[in-house]
Amino acid sequence: MPQSPALFVRNLEFRYPGSETDVLEGVSLTVQAGERVALVGPNGAGKSTLLHLILGMEEGHRGQIEVYGNPAHRCFHRVAIVPQRSTVDWRFPVTVRQVVMMGRYVHLGWFRRPRQEDRDRVDEALSKMDITDLANRQVGELSGGQQQRVMLARTLAHDADLLLLDEPLNHVDIATQELIFHTLERLTADGKTVMVSTHDLGVLTVHFTRAVFLDRRIIADGDVKEVMTPETIAEAYGFEFHKEYTP
Amino acid sequence: MIELLLEPLSYGFVLRGLAGGLLAALACALLSAFVVWRGMAFVGDALAHAILPGVVVAYVLGIGLFFGALAAAAIAVVGIGLISGRQRLKEDTAIGVVFSGFFALGVLLMSRITTYQDLGHILFGNILGVGSSDLILMSGVVALTVIVLALSYKEILVASFDPAHSVAIGLSPTAIRYLLLFLLAMTTVVAIQTVGVILVLSLLVTPAAAASMVSKRLRTIMALSLAMSLAATVIGFYLSYYGDVASGPVIVLTLTLFFVLAFAWSHTKDHLLRCAGR
Repeated sequence: MPQSPALFVRNLEFRYPGSETDVLEGVSLTVQAGERVALVGPNGAGKSTLLHLILGMEEGHRGQIEVYGNPAHRCFHRVAIVPQRSTVDWRFPVTVRQVVMMGRYVHLGWFRRPRQEDRDRVDEALSKMDITDLANRQVGELSGGQQQRVMLARTLAHDADLLLLDEPLNHVDIATQELIFHTLERLTADGKTVMVSTHDLGVLTVHFTRAVFLDRRIIADGDVKEVMTPETIAEAYGFEFHKEYTP
Repeated sequence: MIELLLEPLSYGFVLRGLAGGLLAALACALLSAFVVWRGMAFVGDALAHAILPGVVVAYVLGIGLFFGALAAAAIAVVGIGLISGRQRLKEDTAIGVVFSGFFALGVLLMSRITTYQDLGHILFGNILGVGSSDLILMSGVVALTVIVLALSYKEILVASFDPAHSVAIGLSPTAIRYLLLFLLAMTTVVAIQTVGVILVLSLLVTPAAAASMVSKRLRTIMALSLAMSLAATVIGFYLSYYGDVASGPVIVLTLTLFFVLAFAWSHTKDHLLRCAGR
């Protein structure tokens, strides 16, 4: 039996309750295990909505969404998200260690306390993201880059197979950005699957092999070098982009 | 001095009053940190007011006030959820509509059905009216609050800090929110006995607000909230006994004083640290 793709989306349509227009129209997308995909588009293109639908955070979509052959809400331990910064309450009093431990909750079960193995995995994740020295700090006191490292460390502790990162590069310093990409590259080399939403076109060619341009519907999908044409960008972003430099 | 402290306790109803006050303070203080840091102060205040019609109806029907209050709180919470659900209106708007509507209904019922004196203590609290059965109920609410918080502490943390991650791991932030609202409704109902509908918000907000001036750690905030609430209740209780004034306002003012001191301490510390850093 062939292995199910990491992510399979077919004819996905969605509109928010009370809205007159669809946020996503006929989106179809298949991502194989081990791929590192950039989900590109302007603000409001539906990138976050797509990620939220994959996680089962929004209800009422039409079409099919499968994660490793199952509906996402049946394989929590296999999908993890680094959410957009604005959806997290950074002022809530939790320490870095507590946040990273949240990545272990799915393995822990409800109403149970962390075991030694969970603590070891947290230590390991902290060390990989180079934030061991911040472990007992309040997460709200950290810089944007440090906070993003914490979120990625939590994802490492989660040990998911499909990682969704929603605009992880916003408010992040260069060193953290490099560490994020280095970590993602290592993860995909190990067979994990990564999808990163971004509106930053600059990082595409260096760090991704595949790009999906989204503006409510899929505008282009394929090898970064092939799909990153002035026409695609103009269509996704609604403006003429560097057209004078095209050969 | 010892005699001064012990004298009031020789009366059974006074002793019950103090025990009731401490239990109510305990239940509220346990939730206080979550009320403050999850931004639930408005809904807490709304719940306290929304239970009024339930209390009046229960009084008229001769059933336990606790259950009338809890039923009204449940209807209010569901109403708020329905109005603000599906993103039609913002939640604070829904809370405002339900809260004022319920409270108005309560006041109307009070004025039509009962004399003001009968239920006046619901509005302003009557710590010396705590009966033995009230104490059992209050102990039950405190025990339930402790058990639920201890069991679901980590679940509340993740749903509060990062709802997206919470959903991603199969934990509904809405369920956690309703769980906290349920606890909030119950603690509010037991606390109106001591401080009344109007002032119960103070027991829910001020302890953790003051504690958050001193510490940034959730567990420390919770422990300090507890200590301050219990201390304020004892201090307020004796002041009210010897000063012959209503206990509710004195307890609330003592808590407010704690907040002012904590606020001043925090600012002084920040100032000194900045000066030292130069």
